[in-house]
Amino acid sequence: MPGATPEATPSQTIGPFFHDALLDRDLSELAAPDHPGTVRISGGVYDGAGEAVTDAMVEVWQADPAGRFDSAGFTGFGRSGTRDGEFAFVTLKPGPAPGERPGEVQAPHLSVSIFARGLLDRVVTRIYFPDEEARNASDPVLSAIEDARLRETLVAKRSEDGLRFDVHLQGPDQTAFFGFRW
Amino acid sequence: MYEDYASTRLRAPKEPLIMLPRTLSDEGGPAHGRGPFGALDHDLTRQHAGEPLGERIIVTGRVLDGDGRPLRGGLVEVWQANAAGRYSHAEDCHPAPLDPNFSGAGRCVTDGEGRYRFVTVKPGAYPWKNHHNAWRPAHIHFSLFGPSFRTRLITQMYFPGDPLFEYDPIFRSVRDEKARRRLISTLDLDVTEPGRALGYRFDIVLGGRNATPKDQH
Repeated sequence: MPGATPEATPSQTIGPFFHDALLDRDLSELAAPDHPGTVRISGGVYDGAGEAVTDAMVEVWQADPAGRFDSAGFTGFGRSGTRDGEFAFVTLKPGPAPGERPGEVQAPHLSVSIFARGLLDRVVTRIYFPDEEARNASDPVLSAIEDARLRETLVAKRSEDGLRFDVHLQGPDQTAFFGFRW
Repeated sequence: MYEDYASTRLRAPKEPLIMLPRTLSDEGGPAHGRGPFGALDHDLTRQHAGEPLGERIIVTGRVLDGDGRPLRGGLVEVWQANAAGRYSHAEDCHPAPLDPNFSGAGRCVTDGEGRYRFVTVKPGAYPWKNHHNAWRPAHIHFSLFGPSFRTRLITQMYFPGDPLFEYDPIFRSVRDEKARRRLISTLDLDVTEPGRALGYRFDIVLGGRNATPKDQH
């Protein structure tokens, strides 16, 4: 489009009262719980004092088991609140997906946005899988993070009923968060 | 992090962000405009048996990407307080009246030119506990997805000439004055329906190639 390009609208906090508008429909099950091969991913969101954030919203976006995005029958989008202290998704494990460069492969992962009162911008992170050590080791995003502690925050832990992924917004345990260059 | 907004102090990440390379995972994004939708999801004044109290308004505008192209078929979700400044939400303790005819939640999908349109009432200002004598300017919350995972945006629309702007740390958390102005809608008599509703125009530009780099907060 010719002429001046428009400037982006700034982000603002989601505030405390979004539930009725954004969580009125349950979008936490990306696949039916009785679908073969589902995985449950749950976790908490914690602030810098270690307190659970009970007014957060977590969104995930992922490929299907074949590594395709937004395929028929599987949108790959999920949304969960943390009103009870935890978010939880039932989904299918994504397959490896193409990376930035030709031939590059990304390890199976979910892209994650976290919104909460107090966050002026959402925070963006990724959930990787603990049973994918080889692919995780060559993943272009994970392997570019030099700090082993930060890298480890992106890999879910095995739990009794699936996988656990805790998000620490601040402090010594802070989760690795991503930004974008346009 | 914007210290004057107290809720950021224990929540905003303090470590620098790790820059993501461009990958398919964030170049694409959830279409998430598929519904199901109710016929009155876009008209917050007709979701109950009676008319809500307050000043009826129309809010419309275009959603554009960072190159100025209209976003077609994009999901726009909104939520807001009622005319008395109270949310229909179990945790809103502000002792202003609830309106049985107003829930304050709506959604619609942008048309072929990127336009969205809501009919609602003007939300009231309300006090909050951020600091002594803290009041939020009237505002409507907006949620948008855009063409990719990168363009996901939650923002707030404000009304022109609100005297509370300069006292509100959430509005002022956008440090650049020109950027702050992009959060303020414009009264537009072409949008107004005579005898029924005042019209406000609010265009939204999602981040993109030409977006101003954000500061880290």
